[in-house]
Amino acid sequence: MNEPKKKPIQKTRTPMPEQDPATRGKSFDEGPLGYSPEQARLEAGRCLQCKKPLCVAGCPVKVDIPGFLELVCRGEFAAAARLIKKTNALPAICGRVCPQEDQCEVECILGKKFEPVAVGRLERFVADYERENDLIELPEKMPPNGKKVAVVGSGPAGLTVAGDLVLLGYEVTVFEAFHKPGGVLMYGIPEFRLPKEIVEAEVDYLVRLGAKLKLNTVVGKSVTIDELLDEAGYGAVFIGVGAGLPVFMGLPGEDLGGVYSASEYLTRSNLMKAYLFPEYDTPLVRGRHVSVIGGGNVAMDSARTALRLAAESVTIVYRRSRQELPARDEEIEHAEQEGVVFRMLTAPVAFEGDQQGMVRQMKCLKMELGEPDDSGRRRPIPVEGSEFDIDTDLVILAVGSGANPLLTKGTPGLGLNSRGYINTHEHGRTDKPGVWAGGDIVTGSATVIQAMGAGKEAAEDIHRYLST
Amino acid sequence: MPEIVENTELCPDIWQIVVEAPDVAAKALPGHFVIVMADQQGERIPLTVADYDPSAGTLTLVLAVVGTSSTKLSKLEAGQQLYALLGPLGHPSEIARHGTVVMVAGGVGTAPIYPIAKAMKAAGNRVVSIQGARTAELLFWEEKLRAVSDQYIVTTDDGSRGRKGLVTEPLRELLEDDRQGAIGCVYAIGPPVMMKFCAETTRPFDIKTIVSLNTIMGDGTGMCGGCRVRVGDKTLFTCVDGPEFDGHLVDWDGVLARQRIYVAEEKCSMERYARVRDEG
Ligand SMILES: Cc1cc2nc3c(=O)[nH]c(=O)nc-3n(C[C@H](O)[C@H](O)[C@H](O)COP(=O)(O)OP(=O)(O)OC[C@H]3O[C@@H](n4cnc5c(N)ncnc54)[C@H](O)[C@@H]3O)c2cc1C
Ligand SMILES: Cc1cc2nc3c(=O)[nH]c(=O)nc-3n(C[C@H](O)[C@H](O)[C@H](O)COP(=O)(O)OP(=O)(O)OC[C@H]3O[C@@H](n4cnc5c(N)ncnc54)[C@H](O)[C@@H]3O)c2cc1C
Ligand code: SF4
Ligand code: SF4
Ligand code: FES
Repeated sequence: MNEPKKKPIQKTRTPMPEQDPATRGKSFDEGPLGYSPEQARLEAGRCLQCKKPLCVAGCPVKVDIPGFLELVCRGEFAAAARLIKKTNALPAICGRVCPQEDQCEVECILGKKFEPVAVGRLERFVADYERENDLIELPEKMPPNGKKVAVVGSGPAGLTVAGDLVLLGYEVTVFEAFHKPGGVLMYGIPEFRLPKEIVEAEVDYLVRLGAKLKLNTVVGKSVTIDELLDEAGYGAVFIGVGAGLPVFMGLPGEDLGGVYSASEYLTRSNLMKAYLFPEYDTPLVRGRHVSVIGGGNVAMDSARTALRLAAESVTIVYRRSRQELPARDEEIEHAEQEGVVFRMLTAPVAFEGDQQGMVRQMKCLKMELGEPDDSGRRRPIPVEGSEFDIDTDLVILAVGSGANPLLTKGTPGLGLNSRGYINTHEHGRTDKPGVWAGGDIVTGSATVIQAMGAGKEAAEDIHRYLST
Repeated sequence: MPEIVENTELCPDIWQIVVEAPDVAAKALPGHFVIVMADQQGERIPLTVADYDPSAGTLTLVLAVVGTSSTKLSKLEAGQQLYALLGPLGHPSEIARHGTVVMVAGGVGTAPIYPIAKAMKAAGNRVVSIQGARTAELLFWEEKLRAVSDQYIVTTDDGSRGRKGLVTEPLRELLEDDRQGAIGCVYAIGPPVMMKFCAETTRPFDIKTIVSLNTIMGDGTGMCGGCRVRVGDKTLFTCVDGPEFDGHLVDWDGVLARQRIYVAEEKCSMERYARVRDEG
């Protein structure tokens, strides 16, 4: 018997073209440029088409990865995109921002010996291909069932619930506080990592499916959840309002001009387009020597934004060591290539300003690592007498976020945990009948795909609830 | 998008905008504010709900023209639309029976003072209003405010109307003359410096003094912290914890400094706006 001749496996992943870091660090255009069709087919061809695909188990929404990769191999890119969309409505976004190295790709069998298949890049490729070539088709919708569902918040969790329920024949209205939909995708993640055009296209797709958007509406203020349920005729409400509370450190001088929470800095830049000031009216302090406090993805996004706003130097100040940096490796690498400086084992203790009340200096202490704390990471301990100054005229605090109480305080019957996040039972049900919740307002800051996963589960349960 | 019903110049550089916003008008209370954007490139700026008519579904805003955003808004004509309006935001004023309340309005502060004075009167208080402006030409809503006041005092810096001087002088006299302790509460709304000095005036008399802060804002829903202010030993957010605070506890130097953060940018923005407008 003739053994079919096996092609040797390409051990490394097909590289994705990128803007040159030197120019990239100055531009708000997207850095990674995406695969060509040839590159995509080459990369998808590396997949072994496993019978028991481990990659799928690693994906929070169980995208049929070998299935879509096979279609890519055959050059059926739009069909591949449609297959992904059966479980993940936002592939162009997830392909870009999912932490694949902890999810689908970390599980890929190829990764045991070689580099895993670049699932994220391929997901991005097929979704871009479908959109850019106008191949997006609206799926079949169930006939209208006359029932109304309200979704609060238009982040990934809310958009997922809306998309799933519209297809099932519900009349869905998404209420959003800001003047633009998309949640963190719109106001948090910068343009150079996720072009806003893509977020707009995804929202537009939902609107074409029939979801209604009510922008500039703060639920809890403009309208309450009880009014939606009791007066406006909504059969169910999904809450996906995100975390949305900035955390400050309580240090002296923190209220000086030029000291921002990361959420203010990024919202001004992304949502309000302060990077295009004065063409856009919203101003932003443009520092020459920028300090970003924190070591997560939000810190990396802030640092890279500041760099693009013509800073001479941008320093990430983090109190643990490089090993503990919580940001994705890819983000750290990008920041480093573009020229962001990392100052580890350092913590600010005070900010000092000039006559005008603008920040000019940051007093810091050196740290050393002690025993592991509750989170399993080694606890930073200040080194006595190690105080030193950093000259800085823009400080961005990226030290976490909390639960914004605006909606939850005005909604009797919602159970909250001790940190103010909403308590949920199975499938995202809250303590309040007819109300579901999911995404960051339940879990605390997590990921886009986790928020979507929570939305998906809640949508299924809302459907069950309203069908019986 | 909310349609402008009427936009009239009350006095030089102060405009009264009536805008259609039925959902907000139905919920609005004295002390609330809204956030508006003039156009797609616009900034989100807070404006107090100066009056509201739930049956007509309209809000009245009073706007002092100081920079790009307020200039843009002043140029909008009836029939045009705001790009965005959201609200009502902030805590409404606490309307209670205090006996006598003194309402001090400085400049454009007359707009937010008016609905509070009206509600205080309706709640059975004796309302004493002090309205101040730089000069007579800049006074507006005098009749409206007088109509909801039991006693009405007007001051101008140059003496062109009413008493010559600052609002703090009649305020001090009222407090000194109040032997029975009838005054239960003072409201002071206007430029931060005026509010600061009103709070200093009432402090020795230990009378509760409420001010409404006009910090620079972003979202208006507690998500950014840009509107933060030190009150007592706490950092609070003006948009969700205020905008009204105990004037005796506010860190006024902090408020004044944070208002100057964008002075250079505001100038640049205004110069560009004027140039683009003139070039047509
Ligand atoms: C800077 C930054 C970078 C990130 N990068 C990544 C990444 O690369 N990959 C990744 O997977 N995750 C990333 N994340 C995390 C991810 O964005 C979030 O986990 C996810 O967006 C949460 O989705 P959500 O739907 O729960 O809420 P959000 O995306 O926060 O959306 C909530 C929406 O609700 C609206 N809202 C709030 N209150 C009200 C109200 N009362 N009424 C009406 N509307 C309201 C808000 O305006 C907002 O639009 C990042 C987060 C940040 C901040
Ligand atoms: C809760 C609240 C309610 C408000 N209500 C009203 C109102 O009813 N009517 C009204 O006219 N204004 C009100 N303001 C102030 C108003 O928001 C600002 O005047 C406006 O944002 C200025 O925008 P601009 O682009 O025109 O001026 P900018 O170019 O931003 O500023 C021009 C000048 O005004 C100063 N300035 C900037 N922001 C403010 C501010 N927030 N307050 C005072 N001075 C400022 C600047 O230092 C500068 O000198 C309110 C503010 C708050 C927070
Ligand atoms: S959704 Fe995210 S985790 Fe799932 S396959 Fe796509 S990139 Fe991987
Ligand atoms: S585990 Fe890797 S090789 Fe196997 S199906 Fe998934 S992507 Fe392909
Ligand atoms: S305006 Fe952003 S928190 Fe108040």
